[in-house]
Amino acid sequence: MSMQKPSLTVLASLAAGLAAVAVAMIFFVAPEDADQGLSQKIFYVHVPIALTAYACFGLAAWKAFRLLTTRGERYDLESYTGVHQGTIFGALTLVTGSIWAKASWGVWWTWSSNQLVLFLVLFLFYCAYFMLRYSIEPGPRRERISAVYALFGVALVPVSFLAIRLASDFIHPTVFTRDGPQMTGEMFTAFCVSWAAITLLAYVMYRVELAGKRTDANLRELREVLAP
Amino acid sequence: MSASEKYVAAAYGVFLVFVLCWVVIIAAKLSRLERETGELVRVARARVAAGEPTDG
Repeated sequence: MSMQKPSLTVLASLAAGLAAVAVAMIFFVAPEDADQGLSQKIFYVHVPIALTAYACFGLAAWKAFRLLTTRGERYDLESYTGVHQGTIFGALTLVTGSIWAKASWGVWWTWSSNQLVLFLVLFLFYCAYFMLRYSIEPGPRRERISAVYALFGVALVPVSFLAIRLASDFIHPTVFTRDGPQMTGEMFTAFCVSWAAITLLAYVMYRVELAGKRTDANLRELREVLAP
Repeated sequence: MSASEKYVAAAYGVFLVFVLCWVVIIAAKLSRLERETGELVRVARARVAAGEPTDG
């Protein structure tokens, strides 16, 4: 028995509802940070966006792995859409992080933070994915090379995530440690709701984008069939 | 508006603008797909009317 995917309307409504709850919790329930003040509120949008970018790259790698093991053509488009979504969320991570850096440290960017530089490397690596993909003629060869690239790229995700802990980065704050989240219960709840909302929103976007790309491909095929 | 408030508004605003841009892009794509589907339907109907096979 195959499991039916939940409808996009339900998921989109749920994402919108969660986003509304998240905004209410962030600004009316979660207390202001004693050290950073109001600018700490950026944390509730910046970190979930970064985690969503990682999740998109992970999904793209899983689909790439499925493509390489099963030769299923549909996984190529799914992996590509995952990388596309991840790159967009990666760009948003850099922008919101930059704004937070300016508010907290007084600079838009600092090269001395390993976390920042490694995330930039990860982002540029996935930007290069598109150059590689579009430099090869469509077909099984492009599908395989793109899949291998997406699979290699995911190795950078844990490196980027753990960099701050491994390299004792004193600039970028470490909120999640071995002792648990370094914040109050209200803050953590607001963060979790925000994370759920952004992840769900990203999944809805992924499904819509995938449906659009599949329709595009089907139309192209139909045009070829109907060509005089 | 304090400096902190401006930065917080900017961070959340960036995300909101991104979502709005995405909606605009998807709307444009949907319009294009609708137009192309309409054209293909017209071609297929013309073929059927002319008694031609529609498998190329």
